[in-house]
Amino acid sequence: MNEPIIRCEGVVKRFGELTVLDHLDFTVDPGEKVTIIGPSGSGKSTVLRVLMTLERINEGVVYVDGEPLWHEQGAKGLEPASEAHLRKMRQKMGMVFQHFNLFPHMTVLRNLTEAPRYVLGLSPREARQRAEELLELVGLSDKAEAFPSQLSGGQQQRVAIARALAMRPKIMLFDEPTSALDPELVGEVLRVIRSLAEEHELTMLLVTHEMDFARRISDRVCFFDQGRILEQGPPEEIFSSPKEQRTREFLHAVLHPEE
Amino acid sequence: MLFGIEWDTSTSWAFAWSILPILLRGMVVTIQASLLGFFVALGLGLLLASLKGVPLKIIAWPAAFITEFLRDTPLLIQLFFLYYVLPDYGIVLPAFLTGALALGVQYSAYTAEVYRAGIQAVPRGQKEAARALNLSERLTFIHVILPQAVVRIVPAMGNYLVSIMKDVPVLSVVTVLEMLNVAKIIGDRTFNYLIPLTMVGALYLLLTLVAAWGVRVLDTRLPKRGIPLK
Amino acid sequence: MEWTRYIDPLLQGCWVTIELTVYSTILGTLLAFGAGMGKLSHNPLIKALSVTYIEVFRGTSLLVQLFWLYFALPLLGELIGLDLRFHPVTVGVLALGLNIGAYGAEVVRGAVQSVPRTQYEAAKALNFTRTQTLWRIALPQALPEMMPPFGNLAVQNLKDTALVSLISLGDLAFRAEQLRNLTQDSTTIYTMVLFMYFGMALVLAALMGLLERHVGRWRHRRR
Ligand SMILES: Nc1ncnc2c1ncn2[C@@H]1O[C@H](COP(=O)(O)OP(=O)(O)O)[C@@H](O)[C@H]1O
Ligand SMILES: [Mg+2]
Repeated sequence: MNEPIIRCEGVVKRFGELTVLDHLDFTVDPGEKVTIIGPSGSGKSTVLRVLMTLERINEGVVYVDGEPLWHEQGAKGLEPASEAHLRKMRQKMGMVFQHFNLFPHMTVLRNLTEAPRYVLGLSPREARQRAEELLELVGLSDKAEAFPSQLSGGQQQRVAIARALAMRPKIMLFDEPTSALDPELVGEVLRVIRSLAEEHELTMLLVTHEMDFARRISDRVCFFDQGRILEQGPPEEIFSSPKEQRTREFLHAVLHPEE
Repeated sequence: MLFGIEWDTSTSWAFAWSILPILLRGMVVTIQASLLGFFVALGLGLLLASLKGVPLKIIAWPAAFITEFLRDTPLLIQLFFLYYVLPDYGIVLPAFLTGALALGVQYSAYTAEVYRAGIQAVPRGQKEAARALNLSERLTFIHVILPQAVVRIVPAMGNYLVSIMKDVPVLSVVTVLEMLNVAKIIGDRTFNYLIPLTMVGALYLLLTLVAAWGVRVLDTRLPKRGIPLK
Repeated sequence: MEWTRYIDPLLQGCWVTIELTVYSTILGTLLAFGAGMGKLSHNPLIKALSVTYIEVFRGTSLLVQLFWLYFALPLLGELIGLDLRFHPVTVGVLALGLNIGAYGAEVVRGAVQSVPRTQYEAAKALNFTRTQTLWRIALPQALPEMMPPFGNLAVQNLKDTALVSLISLGDLAFRAEQLRNLTQDSTTIYTMVLFMYFGMALVLAALMGLLERHVGRWRHRRR
C-alpha cells in the first residue's frame, strides 16, 4: 500500500474565536482525485489554503509527500517550518483560485513563463516551450499575447490552470474554479479539469458545487461540515445513498434549490 | 546678539543652549505666518472654488485658469511678485504680511481643490434624497451636503497647514525673521552654521510631528457621518 | 519693446531650471522606490533606515534642507575630517532629489500596499520569493496607481527648483532677480517668469500624462 501523499492529523485552524478546522483528519493517496463538498463556511477553502501554505495551522500536523508541511524535523522533534522548508514544500502543489488571480499586467504567455523562469530557473526558451504546450492543452494557443483583461472568465480560468501546471506540481488544488463564471462558460473549464483528471500521476483536490461533474471525475467525495469530514466515500455511495442526515439535506438543497 | 539675546560660544552645548530662545522666537513668527497664510488660503480658496462652480463660463473659466496658474508657479516667484510689484501700484505692506499673503495665494489653489473634492465626494443619492423630501437647494446644501463634506475637508486642510509651515522659510528672502532666517543670521555672524541649522531641522521635525498628530486627533474625533451644523 | 530684451537671459535660466528638474526628479524617483520598498521590507535595518529618511525629509522644510547641505554640511565635514563641500548644482540636485524622494516613497509604499491580497497569494502559490513578489508582481501593478501623484510631485519639484536661486545657482528665478536688480522693471520681469514656469509645468504635466498612459497600457485593453 502506498503512503498517502497528504495526511492531516488533528489539524485545528482558528480565526480568532472561530474554529474553522476542528481536529481534522484527512488523507489523500497519490494520484487520487478527491472532491470536497459541503455548505458555505464549512472550511473547504481553508483546507486547500492550509495545504498551499496560505494559512498557518494552530494545532496538528500536516504531512505532504512524506514530510511535515508546517514543521521541520528538528533535534528535539517537530519545529515550526522555516521559509526555506515552506518553499521546498510549495513546489509540490499548484492552486487554482475561484477568482483566477491572474497577473493583470502580464500577457498570458508571461503569466505562464514568469514563475518557471524565475522560480524554477528555466531558460526563456524552455519556459516558453512549456507554456505553449500548456496553452495548447487548455485550447488558448491564440491568446498568448493577450492580457487577462481581454479574456472571458472561462478563458482566464483556463490560463490560471495552465499557469499552475507550468510549475509541474504533484498535487493540484482547485477552489471552486467555476463558481465565479457565467453559466455558459463553466463547461470549457470543466472539460480542461476533466482532461487533467485522466492523468494517473496527478493528485487532485477539488472544491466544487458541480455535483454531476464531481460524480464523474472523483475517486472519492468528502462531505465537509463545521471543519470536519462528516462523511466520505466513492461518489456513487455519497450521492445515491448518503448515511448522514446533514449530507442528505445538503445534497437535496444543492440539487433541488427551488424546493 | 539677536532679539536682545546674547549667545555664548564657549562650547558647542553652551552655544546651542544660548541660541535656543532666539530660534524659538523665530518659531513663533513661523507659526504666526503659517496661521495667517492658512486663513488667507481658506478664504481665497473658497472664493476660487465658488467661482469655478458658477454655471456661467465667463466666470468659471477664468477662475479655473487662475487656480491652475497659481498651482503651477513657484511660491518664491509669487512672493517676489507681490513684494516688488504691489508697491509699484501704491500698495505697501510690511514684509510679514506680504509673505503671509503669498502663502495664502499659493495655497488657495490647493484649498480650492479640497473644497471641490469634499463636496463632490458626497454621494449623489444624498442630494437626490433631500430633493425628494422637498428640501430647497439652499437647505439641502446647508443641512445635507455641507455637514458630510466638512469631515472630508477638515483633515485635508490640516495637512495643508502642515505644508504651509514647511514653506514659511521661503519668506526669509523678504527679510521675515522666521526660524530659518534667524538661524542663518546666527550662522553668518558666528561662522557656525552647523549647530543653528541642525537645530532648526530638529525643531521643524518637532513642529510638524505635533501638527500632524493634531490633524490625526482631529480626524479621529470627527464623526464619520458628518457634523450637524447646529 | 523693452520686454524682448529679457527673453534671452530668462531662457538661459529656464534651461538651468529644466536641467535641475530632470536630474533631481531622476534622483528622487530612485530614492522613492528604494525607500518606499525599504519601508515595506522585513529587514529591520532597511526598514528603519527608510522610515528615518522619509520622516526627516518630509518633516522638515526643503529650504532648511538646502541650507543645511550648503552651509552646514561642509562644517560637519571639517569636524569629521572629510571634504563635504560640493558644487551648488550638486547641492541643489541633492536637496531637491532627497526632498521629493521622501514624498515619492510614501506614494510608492501606498500604491504597493493597494495591490490586492489575492495577487500576493497567487504569487505565493507559484513559489515566488518575497522580493520577487514585490518587484515582479506588486510593483508593476502599483505603477499606474503611482503616476498621478508622481505627476503632481514632478510639478512640485519644478516649482521647488526656484529655491536653488538662493544658493546662487543661475536658474530662472536667479536670472529674474538679477534682471530686476538691473532694471527695476519688476512687473514685466516677474509676469514673464510666472508664465515661463507655468508653461514648463504644463509641458511637464503633459509628459507625465503620456508616461501614465504608457505604464498603464495593460489596464486599458478591453475585449
Ligand atoms: N481570513 C479570515 N479571517 C477570519 N475568518 C475567516 C478568514 N477566512 C475564512 N474565515 C472564516 O472561516 C470560515 C470557513 O471559511 P472557508 O474555508 O472559506 O469556507 P468555505 O470555503 O467552506 O465556504 C468562514 O466562516 C469564514 O468566514
Ligand atoms: Mg470557499
